[in-house]
Amino acid sequence: MPRSTTSVATMKNNTATYARKATVIFLLALMAIFLTNSFSQTGSLAQAQTQAQNSQSPVGAPLGNSSDSDMWRAVKRGDRGNVSIIDKKSGVLIQSGGQFLRDLRNGPMFSYGAAAIIGIIALLSLFYMLRGRIRIDSGKSDVTVTRFNSFERFSHWLLAISFVILGLSGLNMIYGKFLLTPLVGKSSYGDIAMAGKWLHNFVAFAFILGLVLILIIWIRHNFPNRHDIVWLLKGGGMFTRGTHPPAKKFNAGQKILFWLIILAGASIALSGVSLLFPFQFSLFADTFEIINRLGFNLPTELTGIEEMQLSLVWHSVVSIFMVCVIIAHIYIGSVGMEGAFDAMGSGEVDKNWAKEHHSIWVDELESKERAKAASKQVAAE
Amino acid sequence: MARMRFLSDAERCVECNACVTACKNENEVPWGINRRRVVTISDGKPGERSISIACMHCSDAPCIAVCPVDTIYQTEIGIVLHSKDLCIGCGYCFYACPFGAPQFPQTGNFGTRGKMDKCTFCAGGPEEENSEAEFRKYGRNRIAEGKLPLCAELCSTKALLAGDGAVISDIYRERVINRGFGAGAWGWGRAYPNSGS
Ligand code: HEM
Ligand code: SF4
Ligand code: SF4
Repeated sequence: MPRSTTSVATMKNNTATYARKATVIFLLALMAIFLTNSFSQTGSLAQAQTQAQNSQSPVGAPLGNSSDSDMWRAVKRGDRGNVSIIDKKSGVLIQSGGQFLRDLRNGPMFSYGAAAIIGIIALLSLFYMLRGRIRIDSGKSDVTVTRFNSFERFSHWLLAISFVILGLSGLNMIYGKFLLTPLVGKSSYGDIAMAGKWLHNFVAFAFILGLVLILIIWIRHNFPNRHDIVWLLKGGGMFTRGTHPPAKKFNAGQKILFWLIILAGASIALSGVSLLFPFQFSLFADTFEIINRLGFNLPTELTGIEEMQLSLVWHSVVSIFMVCVIIAHIYIGSVGMEGAFDAMGSGEVDKNWAKEHHSIWVDELESKERAKAASKQVAAE
Repeated sequence: MARMRFLSDAERCVECNACVTACKNENEVPWGINRRRVVTISDGKPGERSISIACMHCSDAPCIAVCPVDTIYQTEIGIVLHSKDLCIGCGYCFYACPFGAPQFPQTGNFGTRGKMDKCTFCAGGPEEENSEAEFRKYGRNRIAEGKLPLCAELCSTKALLAGDGAVISDIYRERVINRGFGAGAWGWGRAYPNSGS
């Protein structure tokens, strides 16, 4: 073989040729890189490298294809692409609303919600210590009047019991993980949460029925009248002994409570139903459209998932608010006021209590009875 | 310690859906549920791109934060797993997830969404490793067998990478340098903020 006989000198010579060749190739390569880079407008390798390190910006920034970055921006905004699977909604690659949901639900909603509930209980305890139980000033009489018939009481308790169940099982969804898990362990808490969810989902319908019933039977007693202003100005006589502003069947405070329950209750029910049947309604887009007619500029193009996020946040915020309102309502209807519970218990209230708190209503009842008795007498004669 | 991540290279994905099929088969995912999907942007237009997406196993996972039960948890190597025994099917994780990863056997049938299902990085669930119960609920536990997720292993163009975040981001960075254009991997800014890679 000729190779094997080559002298050391020729080998050296060969090495020099290789070195020269390599230098030429290296220079050519450099030129090629330089040329490619000056043709592409993206700049140097170093720039590409720094871009690669910046994980915030999207991939595919172009070589003279400017629509690329627009495309990725659209994806970031949540525009939908195509998928070959059945669920076409899944064409959305990324959605940002979840961050808002997380921040709110685990942040202000969680802490302010807890503060509000603890706050209202503290406030009522303070009120109880200062004012004590509101007594019947003129003492108990022997006579009672029927305040709520059995159907009214049924409707009230349907609403009330379902509200308590929904409130507890709902609050459990927010606070249970933090309050109960340490006490009962993860596994038992899972069972509790599951039971709570089932209760919440089914009892919801009882709540809606209760809401409709009280609306029908009590709406006629709840339109504002001139006595309400006096009642409100006197604070309902709640803060001073012996003050009893006149009222019909419902006083101004009760009317406010009624409308709060109807409006907030309906809002809770609507958002709840949208949580129960996800992605079926455009509750918020529709509501925003109506609000926008008053000159606001709220978004009316909401994606399905944004609707769900808003429903969840709204449902819990309004619920927590109503829980606070109802805690106060329960207080005044039980320990807070002597004789009040009977109205919804037996339906029969003490006449003196009725005269103090619903004077006009009692007058009306009495004149009705007198008229009845009179007509009976006429008939008998 | 290794920190497991997915990386989807839009410049390489050819929308063959092999990853989707591999995932369904390997994990025997129930009918109608897709743990992984391929999304095509500008389909049929110039500049069309596809991305294979599933749970990204986020570092500070939003799903864990909003779950009202202790269903979802993160393993030492960053894989986000869940317990179907604890899940109550409320759907909150789906509302919070940036990538639409959590799936439900029923979407709106009177609140009974069923237990959440999602990509496990082929790492099963809380049950005993490679047990029958684990397989039935969560699919294969390839991680316990020392293997990577099948979707990425099968990807013919290696558009989908799975593995230690440091390693796959190096591979990707090299690609970007060779291409001479491009930036961070898609979705990484959202899934792994402050990752620095
Ligand atoms: C009226 C009909 C109602 C319906 C249809 C409804 C439905 C729902 C649904 C579907 C959820 C999601 C969790 C789950 O799947 O169980 C939920 C959560 C919740 N509900 Fe309701 N609900 C209703 C009434 C109420 C009421 C009256 C309250 C309060 C007193 C309430 C308080 C809550 C709370 C606090 C949550 C948790 C929200 C969160 O986790 O951020 N709900 N509700
Ligand atoms: S991608 Fe979604 S499901 Fe996966 S860890 Fe992140 S938030 Fe959770
Ligand atoms: S659906 Fe299951 S995993 Fe998702 S947030 Fe609800 S309980 Fe948690």
